[in-house]
Amino acid sequence: MSQLREALPQEVARKRRSASGDFFVRLARDKRLGVVGGVIFFTIVLLAVFADFVAPYGMDEMRIMDRFAAPSAEHLLGGDQVGRDILTRLIYGARISMVVGLAGTSITVVVASIIGVPSAFFGGKYDITVQRFVDAFLAFPGLLILLTVLSIVGPGILQIVLVLGILTGIYSSRIVRSAVIGIKENDYFLAAEAIGSPTYKTIMRHIMPNIMPQLIIIFSITIGGIILDEAALSFLGFGLPPEIPSWGGMLSWEGRRHMEVKPELALYPGLCLAVVILGVNMFGDAMRDLLDPRLRGSEAS
Amino acid sequence: MRQYLIRRLLLVVVTLFMVSTLVFLSIRLIPGDIVDSLIAELQRSSGTYLGTLDREALERLWGIDVPIYVQYGRWMGVLPRPDPVTGEESFSGIFQGSLGASLKLGAPVTDMIRGRMAVTFELGLMAIAIACLIALPVGIYSAIRQDTVGDYVGRIIAIIGLSTPNFWLAMMVMLYPALYLGWSPPVALISFREDPMGNLMQFLIPAAILGTSLSAMIMRMTRTMMLEVLRQDYIRTAWSKGLKERVVVTRHALKNALIPVVTIVGATLPIMIGGAVIMENIFALPGMGRLMTNSLLQRDYTVVSGVNLVFATAVIVANLLVDISYAYLDPRVRYR
Repeated sequence: MSQLREALPQEVARKRRSASGDFFVRLARDKRLGVVGGVIFFTIVLLAVFADFVAPYGMDEMRIMDRFAAPSAEHLLGGDQVGRDILTRLIYGARISMVVGLAGTSITVVVASIIGVPSAFFGGKYDITVQRFVDAFLAFPGLLILLTVLSIVGPGILQIVLVLGILTGIYSSRIVRSAVIGIKENDYFLAAEAIGSPTYKTIMRHIMPNIMPQLIIIFSITIGGIILDEAALSFLGFGLPPEIPSWGGMLSWEGRRHMEVKPELALYPGLCLAVVILGVNMFGDAMRDLLDPRLRGSEAS
Repeated sequence: MRQYLIRRLLLVVVTLFMVSTLVFLSIRLIPGDIVDSLIAELQRSSGTYLGTLDREALERLWGIDVPIYVQYGRWMGVLPRPDPVTGEESFSGIFQGSLGASLKLGAPVTDMIRGRMAVTFELGLMAIAIACLIALPVGIYSAIRQDTVGDYVGRIIAIIGLSTPNFWLAMMVMLYPALYLGWSPPVALISFREDPMGNLMQFLIPAAILGTSLSAMIMRMTRTMMLEVLRQDYIRTAWSKGLKERVVVTRHALKNALIPVVTIVGATLPIMIGGAVIMENIFALPGMGRLMTNSLLQRDYTVVSGVNLVFATAVIVANLLVDISYAYLDPRVRYR
């Protein structure tokens, strides 16, 4: 216990001293798990980008004689119910997860800023009104809104990216809002206001650059959730159409229907999901701790 | 305290109002082609052609033949709703405790939900109990032994738990015992009145899966809260008084750390409801989540909006109770 009490002031001092420069040095030194997570994440990104070259077969290439094929040199993980190579489908699944994850999270960050920044900047009645809307959204279990909206707009990558991005953006806008409220206390902000800096200029020059750490944090702690949400929605049959090899969809369309014949069909896609999300979460946690230790433990809000 | 309560209650009323408006808009803003597809489905299932006259009749039956603000008034129960057959007008909306009738079955949505509430409630309650049983001891241990092997093991297990999709875990639990032990979970709901043990056992597996995935989240937050409390001045005072570790941890730290943990459990409720939807689907439990997905597949949007509203209200009420108990336990909150 004494260790805990001694270490604290030093830790704080160390964090202050190296607050800006050697980010990667700190990542490598203090956050080994984060590095592991980052390596997993970027490997999957590369796999997704170069899927056409890495995958042994074409995405939809099927040979009916390879139906439920056992693992062999030809098919490292075997074949599925119509004779498609499972490994190939999994690699293309990485592409789907990464596209949904990265695009969805980018929209999240944009939406969170569009809602959060003006809400904190203008304050007053505008803030109260907007925050009541956010409250109302927060009251809905996320999965239920996603299901409802997706059943209306229909399945598809564009729909799922937009719906996931916007909804998560509304949830994350609280983090942006509180960051901006913190900035409004600073002297440089008061000075900008005092010299009559126009609104857009104050926001672009003084607020946006200073909430970058929070935006990066939102990006890194929500990407795992977005990938998982897409998988859950596709699993329930409301996400992506069956011809797209999404891991969640594979679990449902191929895995659930044929798991008694070939359990691997249900095993591998979930394993891929777990590994990717584990990597993304470890990386995201490290980023959050390094950029803003105060946000520790805010992952469920 | 009283002022805080009043402020908090007013906020809840506003939020509930907004939530019901959002639920209303979410289905009424559906573009017209949904009406067409509903009619097409009806034609297919009945095998007869429904002309324009029938379309008007159907729109009247579904109450979508009037401007949207009138629909809204009827839905809230401030404007009278005419009976589609007799034309008699009566008030039936949210204020009267009615959520309308199912588009497909014609049955009142409230009745459909009432019959299924118990299943979801039982699943959720068991899941939360299991989650807390795992999360609290591990989270507390992790905090008081920060940066030891035990702490790392706990944190790694938590992050693995956070990353494992619960629907996949559920599939594995369905699949592998069935393959190797010839055991699979029951398909039909076992009534609690007829076989209490069987009923509990049936819910135990989905609840355990849901509970473990929730426990990862609760555990991480418990650890954070506990660490925060351990850094407080009064803990240093307790140490310097020469108190034993057990006393410092249980009497001084735990009591203060557990208050925010109550909030955490409240905050996980929306996530738990999402998980319950998935578990009910995989384990064929006839709860509200299954009603929701079935109604979505059948495009029965009045049922969907009813379930959404009930779940959202549950979350709001739970958060209110959490906030009130928080303010009651921790006087500092009231003056914020």
